[in-house]
Amino acid sequence: MDGIHDLGGMSGFGNVEIEADEPTFHEPWEALAFGLNALAVSVLRAYNIDEYRHSIERMQPAHYLAASYYERTLTGTASLLVEKEIVDRDELEARAEGAFPLSQPATLVQPDGRPVPDAPRFAIGDRVRVRDIHPVGHTRVPRYVRGASGEVLHVAPPFPFPDAAAHGLPGRREPTYHVLFRARDLWTDAAGNRESVVVDLWETYLVAAS
Amino acid sequence: MSAARNPTPAPVDRRARALREALEHKGLVPEGFLERVPDRVDEQFSWHNGARVVARAWADPDYRERLLRDGTAACAELGYEGPQGEYIVVIEDTPTRHNVIVCTQCSCTAWPVLGLPPNWYKSPAYRARVAREPRPLLREMGLDLPESVEIRVWDTTAETRFLVLPLRPEGTEGWDEQRLASIVTREAMIGVALVDPPGSAG
Repeated sequence: MDGIHDLGGMSGFGNVEIEADEPTFHEPWEALAFGLNALAVSVLRAYNIDEYRHSIERMQPAHYLAASYYERTLTGTASLLVEKEIVDRDELEARAEGAFPLSQPATLVQPDGRPVPDAPRFAIGDRVRVRDIHPVGHTRVPRYVRGASGEVLHVAPPFPFPDAAAHGLPGRREPTYHVLFRARDLWTDAAGNRESVVVDLWETYLVAAS
Repeated sequence: MSAARNPTPAPVDRRARALREALEHKGLVPEGFLERVPDRVDEQFSWHNGARVVARAWADPDYRERLLRDGTAACAELGYEGPQGEYIVVIEDTPTRHNVIVCTQCSCTAWPVLGLPPNWYKSPAYRARVAREPRPLLREMGLDLPESVEIRVWDTTAETRFLVLPLRPEGTEGWDEQRLASIVTREAMIGVALVDPPGSAG
């Protein structure tokens, strides 16, 4: 989905402030939110990492931007546990004594029918182009590289294809590639000549470039 | 109850507690699991582990070579492995190229060696800006790199987790690993700072 989470390259967000000696958790509820997600993943086995990422991406955009990281963790976790009928939304709201904003429902995604690759299609040094695609469901190909060409720097081992795994479809494993882009090929006149960006992309996102 | 849903969100701490209570009510929370989370996180995920990896690489050329060839195995050699550390790639700064890590779509980080990510790394501003305007952003954050130095931004969009091996500062010749580790910062291992030479005001 072309969601609010896909922030790379957006303007207008202002300064980045580093907090000195920042604690891991600022409030007890942050550790609780982290722990509830860990419980759901590792003990209850209620969902996988791709479903989790997608549940956060499905938050209302205004809520997503206003929420802290651990509020997003909590919202994604609660949304999935409600969707999987492990907990009940009315019960959550009764216990919280107020509304419990959840993510919007996932879009139904069909399998793409591509075969499981038996060997990496690309090698270090190959020129590749990112397919200009706009999946309606979860994807990990950022908007800012779609259609752009780059060079393979590294071939990483196969991991489940997230566009399928996030939707309960068989998440075939396929290699990911560290692809080097010149900044000017991504941001044209907004970029300098001495900057580059490396993006880690699943094989399905790429085609050979001349 | 659902007919007239209260439109005002409950405070986030009460929402977290409500989810916990609902799961406990169903008997789904093992005794002590949630209470142990902060301690378990601190034991397992810390950027001080990364500082020891960097110090070892500075002190031991064989380890450095192993670290750059297979980051996952070299970190595991020191006992640093686990969730969000399944495939670690270490990227080396050079006098002519500076590396900086981001996760533009969420906030993925190599937990075993960088710890859970700090707020600035998770902020929309950092995620939005660093891939597009790394040089001015780093300058704003206090790192003014010469124009001659290339800046390479690494976006954590898949399951590789990155760690920057910063340049070893001058004036640390002959230091042991413990002393070297003491000057390495999380910000330097993400790439928004350099490791300052000893005695600098920085």
